[in-house]
Amino acid sequence: MSEPLLQLDGVHTHIGQYHILQGVDLAVPKGGITVLLGRNGAGKTTTLRTIMGLWHASRGTVRFADEDITQTRTPDIACAGISYVPESMGIFSDLTVRENLFLAARSVKKADQMDEARLEWIFGFFDALKKFWNQPAGTLSGGQKQMVAIARAIVEPRKLILIDEPTKGLAPAIIQGMVAAFRELKRTETILLVEQNFSFVCALGDTVAVMDGGRIVHSGAMADLAGDQELQHRLLGLSLDSHQ
Amino acid sequence: MTTIPHPVTQDSPLAKVRVDVVPLLLVPMLALLMLPLVGSFPTWVTLTVAGLAMGMMVFMMASGLTLIFGLMDVLNFGHGAFVSVGAFTATLVLLPMKGWVETESVWMNLSVVGMAILLAMLVTGLLGWAFERIIIRPVYGLHLKQILITMGGMIVAEQLIHVIWGAEQIPLQLPSTFRGAFIIGDAALEKYRLIAVGVGLTVFVTMFLVLNRTKVGLLIRAGVENGEMVEALGYRIRRLFVGVFMAGSALAGLGGVLWGMYKETLTAAIGGEMTVLVFIVIIIGGLGSVGGCFIGAMLVALVANYAGFLAPKVALVSDILLMVTVLLWRPQGLYPVAKR
Repeated sequence: MSEPLLQLDGVHTHIGQYHILQGVDLAVPKGGITVLLGRNGAGKTTTLRTIMGLWHASRGTVRFADEDITQTRTPDIACAGISYVPESMGIFSDLTVRENLFLAARSVKKADQMDEARLEWIFGFFDALKKFWNQPAGTLSGGQKQMVAIARAIVEPRKLILIDEPTKGLAPAIIQGMVAAFRELKRTETILLVEQNFSFVCALGDTVAVMDGGRIVHSGAMADLAGDQELQHRLLGLSLDSHQ
Repeated sequence: MTTIPHPVTQDSPLAKVRVDVVPLLLVPMLALLMLPLVGSFPTWVTLTVAGLAMGMMVFMMASGLTLIFGLMDVLNFGHGAFVSVGAFTATLVLLPMKGWVETESVWMNLSVVGMAILLAMLVTGLLGWAFERIIIRPVYGLHLKQILITMGGMIVAEQLIHVIWGAEQIPLQLPSTFRGAFIIGDAALEKYRLIAVGVGLTVFVTMFLVLNRTKVGLLIRAGVENGEMVEALGYRIRRLFVGVFMAGSALAGLGGVLWGMYKETLTAAIGGEMTVLVFIVIIIGGLGSVGGCFIGAMLVALVANYAGFLAPKVALVSDILLMVTVLLWRPQGLYPVAKR
C-alpha cells in the first residue's frame, strides 16, 4: 500500500481541562473518500480541527504529504493544500456566493479571474449556486449554504478536503443530491468525511475509521463494515436496516 | 451527472435581496422633523451643516475602532490617543509654516494642511502598529485587561504629549481661505464645515469601495463575521488585523487634525474627551459595521446640534438618550453584524 496522504499517530488534544483526543491513529490514503464515523462526542470534529491546526495536538504527530504539520498554523496548513468545511459551514453570510468562492480562490486577485471551467464543473452538481451567484450567502437555505461551503473547498484544486457532517439538518431530497455530488467529487479529490448518517456514507466511502472515546476503534474498508451488521452494531450501536 | 435538487428555487422566483433602508432614512427624517421645531430655515441649514461636519469628523475617529472591535473583538479605550497625537503632530507642520497658513493662496493653504494630514496619519499609523504590538497583543481575548491596559496606554500617550509639547494649550490657526462662510440667502455655511463634510464623505466612499470591491476589503468583512474561517481559507488574520489597526489609527489621526483645527485650540485631552462619544457612535451603528458607524456619527452629531439650540440642558445627555432609544429599537445597533 502506498504512503498515506495524511497520517495521525497517537494524537492527543486537550481543550481547556478536557482531554478529548486520547491517542488517535488515522491514515487517509490518497484518492477517494475516507469516512470518520462515531457517536456524538467521540472526537470526530476535534480530529478535523486538530488536522486543520485550529486546535493543536498536545502529543503525537500529524503528517500531511510527508510534512509534519502538528504545530503548523492554520493558514499555512490551508496553503499546504487542505481545505475545510466545518460543521457550522462557516459561510460569510454578508458576502455573495461569488465573493465567498472568490475568497477561497487564493491564487486570483479579482473575482472574474476565477477558473470558469472549474466553476462550471461545480455548477454541474450544485446548480443552485449559479442561480444565486450574486445573492448574499446568508439569504440561502440550509442546503444551499452547504453547497456554498463545499464549493468553496473545491473552487481550486486541493490535495485533501475535510468535511464535517455535510448532511446535518438537511432534507432527505437534498441529501440524495449530495450523494450524487460526492460520487462525482471522489473521482478526482481526496476527502476525509465526518458523518453520523451511516446510510449516507456506506455507499460512498472507500475506507472507514470509527471513533469512540477519543480513539480510533476500527479502521478498514467501508465495504467490509457495510457488509457486516454484527460489526456495525458493535461499533456504532445500530444496524443498517434501522437506518433505511 | 445528477444535480442537487433545490426546492426553494425550483418553484419560487429568485429571492429578493432585502436592503435594510430604515436606518438610512433616519438622518434625513431627523433633519426634516427638526425644521418646524427650529423654526427659521437659515438657522436650520446652519445647524444641519454644522451637525454633518461634526458627524463626519466623529465618523473618521470611530470607523477604525468599529472594525478593530469587529475583526478581533478588541475593546480599545485608547483609540482617543491617536486623535490627540494626530492633532498635535499636525502642529509640527502648521506652526513652523505659519506663512503658508496665513497667506490668502488657496493652494498654499491646501498644501500645508495636506502635509500636516499626511504627517499626522503617518505618525498615528506607525504608533498604531507599535500600540498593537506592545499593548494589545498580550491581551487578546481578555476584555477586562483590554479595557484597563488600553486606558493606561491612553494616559501614557496624554502625558507624553505634555512632555513633548508642554502643558499649555496650543492655539491652532485655521488657514486664511478656510475661514469665513458662504452666505446663501440668509443661511451662513461655514467654509471649514463644508470642507470637513467633503473630506468625511471622501473617506466614507473610499472605505466603502475598499470593503466591497477589493479582496482585502472582502477579507476584512469576512473576518468580522468569522475570523477562524478566514484563517482556514489560508489567510493570516493577524496580519489583516495589524493593517486594519494601523489604518484605523491613521484615520483617527486624520479626524484629530480636522477636529483640532475645528476647535482651534489643542489640549492633550482632545482625544480622550471624544472616547465616550466615539463608543456611543459605534454601539449605535452596530459593532463592526462601517455603514452603521457612519449613520450613527451623523445622528449623534445632528441630535447634539439641534438639542444644543432647542434645549441646551438636554444637549448634555442627548447622545446617551439617542443611544438608549436606538438600542431599545435595535438592541444590536442599526446594522447588526452577523457573528458566527
